[in-house]
Amino acid sequence: MTDWSGYIGLILQGALVTLQLTVMGSALAVVMAFLAGLGRVSRFMAVRVLATTYIEFFRGTSIFVQLFWVYFVLPFAGVTLSPLQAGVLALGLNVGAYGAEVVRGAVKAIGREQREACIALNLTRGQAMRHVILPQALPLMLPTFCNNAIELLKGTAVVSLISLTDMTFQAQVVRAQTGSTLIPFATILVLYFLMALAISTSMRWLERRVTRGLDGVRT
Amino acid sequence: MEWDWNFVWEIMPTLLAGLKITILATVLGAAVAAVVGLIFAILRMTAPKPIARATGFIVEFIRGTPLLVQLYFIFFVLPDIGIRLPALMAGVIGLGLHYGTYAAEVYRAGIENVPRGQWEAAKATNLTGRQTWIHVILPQAIPPMIPALANYLIAMFKETPLLSAITVLELMNQAKSVANSSYRYIEPMTMVGVFFLIMSLISVVFLRWLEERYARVEER
Repeated sequence: MTDWSGYIGLILQGALVTLQLTVMGSALAVVMAFLAGLGRVSRFMAVRVLATTYIEFFRGTSIFVQLFWVYFVLPFAGVTLSPLQAGVLALGLNVGAYGAEVVRGAVKAIGREQREACIALNLTRGQAMRHVILPQALPLMLPTFCNNAIELLKGTAVVSLISLTDMTFQAQVVRAQTGSTLIPFATILVLYFLMALAISTSMRWLERRVTRGLDGVRT
Repeated sequence: MEWDWNFVWEIMPTLLAGLKITILATVLGAAVAAVVGLIFAILRMTAPKPIARATGFIVEFIRGTPLLVQLYFIFFVLPDIGIRLPALMAGVIGLGLHYGTYAAEVYRAGIENVPRGQWEAAKATNLTGRQTWIHVILPQAIPPMIPALANYLIAMFKETPLLSAITVLELMNQAKSVANSSYRYIEPMTMVGVFFLIMSLISVVFLRWLEERYARVEER
């Protein structure tokens, strides 16, 4: 009979790494999403082209390829990253590109009259964005951001392939050491599912939070 | 390390062989996903409550867990209970099951978007259930679904590199083995990226066309 408590501990350690990746990756993704999303609706042609290139590039190739590229090819260009850094960078940039489209869509969805009202009130573009457009656009973005965060969580499993000791990697270690396949994989499937549930629950809470005070503003 | 075109041409046949497997896996996976999605959608909409709820939970579970782990599960756990699948088959089943849950949502939304009046009119003109589905509901439900389904097809194509983790010799795996035997990572990895980028740029154009063609049906 194998001593399961040690192995469960190993998997929990991996869960911590997965969690860390998800949080850091999401943070980077949100920053990139707003930068590129607002970049796409910018006044300046150059910024728009740059943002579009970024988005199309990262949406067009798969996360797996990007991760391998960051981890194996960048060192030849003199940039050596630890697996964790490579994972966060690839995940954040990838999901950020998807998020950018969400930001753009939500900003575009705010009615013309709101923009016109801002002009009439003599707000600068920055003020209009900060005080009028974004507060209304944010609730529109959240449900899709929630899906993107779950996609990012699922994407973290891929980093196990560049030898980062996340949950999937640890499950493989347990499999190699005990020869049991069902228990480690079933455990991590349940853990991943619980994490996804936690994300969607907290997002729903956040959604209620930001829509507070907006009731009746839009039908 | 410098970019070496000769090396690129040298490895091209290997990569193209991998690309063929990638496309094969995508097509087969899409077929499985289309069928699985239909089954899930029908179960969720028409089955008795407990079964519908159980299906709903299974769909949520599959959507909430990583494809990679599901592939490991199919490839490593199922042999323990006597189901031994070849790697490609396991990969196709994994892809199909995972994206089937996404397709199910598309089907459900498409069918629920057909106005109630259509169902009632079908009943009023005394059509049988089969006739209602074939002549009234599906012709209206399917065209708006096509762009969304194509979107998932592209997403699935981009997920196929995961199959390399369960030893399917697709594009990514070929590139990795080339890189490992020659110690040159730049060319194979970049070429894989370029292949994916080209394929997805083509498919984006195709998707736009599909949207033009089908998504506006409602606006008649």
